[in-house]
Amino acid sequence: MKEYAYYQGCSLEGTASAYDRSIRLVMKSLGVTIMEPPDWSCCGSTPAHAFDHLLAAALCARNLAIVESMGASALMTPCPSCLSAFKKAQARMAGNELFRKDVNDLLETPYNGTVTAKSALQVLYEDIGPEEAAGPVTIDLAGLRIAPYYGCILNRPPKIAAFDDPENPVSMDRLLTAIGAEVVDFAFKVECCGAAFGVPKRDIVLSLTAKVLSMALDAGANCIAVACPLCQQNLDLRQSQVNRSLGTSFAVPVLYFSQIMGLAYGYTPKEVGLTKNIISADALISPSRPAKKQGVGSG
Amino acid sequence: MRVGVFICHCGNNIAGTVDVARVAAETRMLPGVVYATDYMYTCSEPGQAEIKKAIRDEGLSRVVVAACSPRMHEVTFRRTVEKAGLNRYLFEMANIREHCSWIGEDREENTRKAVETVRMAVAKVIRNKPLVSSSFPVKKRVLVIGAGVAGMQAALDCADGGLETVVVEKSPSIGGMMARLDKTFPTIDCSICILGPKMVDVAQHELISLHAYSEIEDIKGYVGNYEVKVRKKATYVDWSKCTGCGECMEKCPGKNAYDHFNYGVAPTKAINIPFPQAIPKKARIDREFCRQFIKGKCGVCAKVCPTKAIDYEMADEFVTEEVGAIIVATGYGLLGQEKLPEYGAGRYPDIISGIQYERLLNASGPTQGHILRPSDGAEPKSVVFISCAGSRDRSIGVPYCSNFCCMYIAKQAILTKDHIPDSRSYVFYMDIRASGKGYDEFTRRAQEEYGVRYIRGRVSRIYPKGKKMVVKGADTLLGAQVEVEADLVVLATAAVAAPGAAELAEKLHISYDTNGFYVESHPKLRPVETNTAGVYLAGAAQGPKDIPASVGQGSAAAAKVLSLLSKEMLESDPVIARVNTSACVGCLKCMKTCPFQAIKEESLRGKTVASVIETVCAGCGVCASTCPCGAIQLSHFTDNQILAEVNALCRI
Repeated sequence: MKEYAYYQGCSLEGTASAYDRSIRLVMKSLGVTIMEPPDWSCCGSTPAHAFDHLLAAALCARNLAIVESMGASALMTPCPSCLSAFKKAQARMAGNELFRKDVNDLLETPYNGTVTAKSALQVLYEDIGPEEAAGPVTIDLAGLRIAPYYGCILNRPPKIAAFDDPENPVSMDRLLTAIGAEVVDFAFKVECCGAAFGVPKRDIVLSLTAKVLSMALDAGANCIAVACPLCQQNLDLRQSQVNRSLGTSFAVPVLYFSQIMGLAYGYTPKEVGLTKNIISADALISPSRPAKKQGVGSG
Repeated sequence: MRVGVFICHCGNNIAGTVDVARVAAETRMLPGVVYATDYMYTCSEPGQAEIKKAIRDEGLSRVVVAACSPRMHEVTFRRTVEKAGLNRYLFEMANIREHCSWIGEDREENTRKAVETVRMAVAKVIRNKPLVSSSFPVKKRVLVIGAGVAGMQAALDCADGGLETVVVEKSPSIGGMMARLDKTFPTIDCSICILGPKMVDVAQHELISLHAYSEIEDIKGYVGNYEVKVRKKATYVDWSKCTGCGECMEKCPGKNAYDHFNYGVAPTKAINIPFPQAIPKKARIDREFCRQFIKGKCGVCAKVCPTKAIDYEMADEFVTEEVGAIIVATGYGLLGQEKLPEYGAGRYPDIISGIQYERLLNASGPTQGHILRPSDGAEPKSVVFISCAGSRDRSIGVPYCSNFCCMYIAKQAILTKDHIPDSRSYVFYMDIRASGKGYDEFTRRAQEEYGVRYIRGRVSRIYPKGKKMVVKGADTLLGAQVEVEADLVVLATAAVAAPGAAELAEKLHISYDTNGFYVESHPKLRPVETNTAGVYLAGAAQGPKDIPASVGQGSAAAAKVLSLLSKEMLESDPVIARVNTSACVGCLKCMKTCPFQAIKEESLRGKTVASVIETVCAGCGVCASTCPCGAIQLSHFTDNQILAEVNALCRI
């Protein structure tokens, strides 16, 4: 029985609630127990580490200490930015005794360095594995041609992320292939989408996002899978802005990989939060709704 | 006991931070010292003359020179005292330069340390004993490992000098990397045209015996008397019957064998002759791809061979060669594209390495000299060359420059224009290294006469777009990002140590550096010698270098060998271990720890004792520190001599 402390982070409570919902359903189907740390707080994300490393580490360590007091040794978070914050905090504290003491001095309960933080994708790929992840599949995803987009910080910097290949990751590819989807050879898996420049320099985000969308279509995909709320936002929410600004006519659905897994497991589009996606995936999903896959039971 | 001490100024090197006059003055007061002076440049001719004069006039029985490292001039000064009639081992050197004056600026500290260092040397030299070399005969035969251009040149020079030469080459044919090249810079000479005659000379020279498709299994012995076991690998074709007609290769149904000669740019047959000018021109079966070996069913080559040369039952054979010296000319390898993830890690067929492009350019290559894209066989109109693909990159573990890529890229760009006049070539570079004769003029020609677009900047990504590859990089001179849509991309992949280099080094007892290249005795003054007597280096095995440099080193190594083996007898180094058989208890721990297997068990009047094989002992001293009874001592570094230094330092 696998169990993890589950750190949603702020996005999953808000704009990325579909990601949260679909992850919870996927974990339920796979028999993985997830426990929300009581009184969890913000990880600090970009603003904290851009301002003060001590603050950034303390914000994370506070949550990690809570996880420790829960008796859990593994933390799963779907958001790469939260994950990156946790991993950097842990690396700094483990490597520097003085820093560790300074951080722990700021906390009510000190953090003893016993928690392993992983992304949800990492847990599914490394701890559960594509074969077991294919167990609960009951729906045939024929018609779906997916370009998996990993974004920037899921597996970089390589030494901190310690997950998959930094230039050509394959975890999402393999998971999606295992559950019966067709995954295209996508050259822009880790190409920048503009990230948090959406507000201060929107034109950069629009032009970079356009390149990613365009490459996905060139590769023969009809949808993009993501594992990050910011990736999803830039590629999905801003797609109409891209079209207006650059005169393009993209209409590429951008789904969380967990939404796709949920659909394969037999959950309804509503259950996996497809209504929250801006670019509609109805055209792709309805035709592929039919027959139960031959010879695939559950588990 | 009359000790003379000479403190060297070494110009300003020592005198700059050490009060040499004071060191001399303090040394004069040591017991046993009858003469101490300081001198400007002791190693110079007048300096050495001073030492000889003092030995004669003062009747010195021991000499200490306090100067640079013994690695610099111990040999020099030993010769000096010998010329004045003293045994050369009644001399000690105190290092007051590399270990003293060059370390810090504090004059007081440095002078104090120099005084102590000299005191230690005096204490030791008083306990030194005269040592005498013995002589041993040498075999006037030489082994050359590797038959690329460096090895071939070395072999030809040795053989022309009258030495019997054994050449061992790992590949089925000699010729090395140079045989794969189409043209050579800066003259655009056809490579195989200039190499071919040398290859024939090697094959036909009466004093050269060639073992192709063979490797070194084992080496025993010492300089002048090496015993080398060579493994002649099974080719599954009897080379005494094979005529090189090529019928087998034509009819073989196994089409997907990895082509080692062409670096995999196109497949070859399971039985093949590597290239038309191969020497020996004989066929070889690559059993990894051969249906007869994999499935047990085929036998086509055996059926069509007119001389019935195919032999599926062939096994590796072993041959022993006895030689007096060894020249290592094993060449280099190339960085695999999987180490370059930003450039596709080898996933894209139209991103190839420089050597693969060379094979496409070559008329006897897989495309008969037509430049065609590996993916679809179309002729490329835009070719992008990327310099330093891996080289000069600490993050990949290749911090050095690969020496020849700037030059071959210019050559390949020029040839591309010749082959496809309406093509456009681009070169992304960081620097252009063109230091040889005619080299800079050559790279300039590529830009000015052949219209090659040189862009100064690195490439950050290459990705596919439709049928093309987009090369995304920087133009630092313009201060802009550039994207070039290429039909074909050529990476100048880094030159790295040859595969198997480390294992061979261990068999030879030679060192290799952190990059895997073999280490020379002195980077400036002894580039083709190693620290192992009798083993020499030539060519890229010592570090990436181009053809003229490799040929130069081949001849240099041959010259060293010819001089080594010109005498009938060689002198052994008397700084070796010696066993005091009365103290030896026969535990043989020394024999087990000796890294050179220089100690053997002997029975002396019924008692087991250790015995040192004088010619093999390298004087490392591991046995002396291992021995529980102090029975085995390293001459010239005995326990008493070393303890005398310690006592002198600690003033006991």
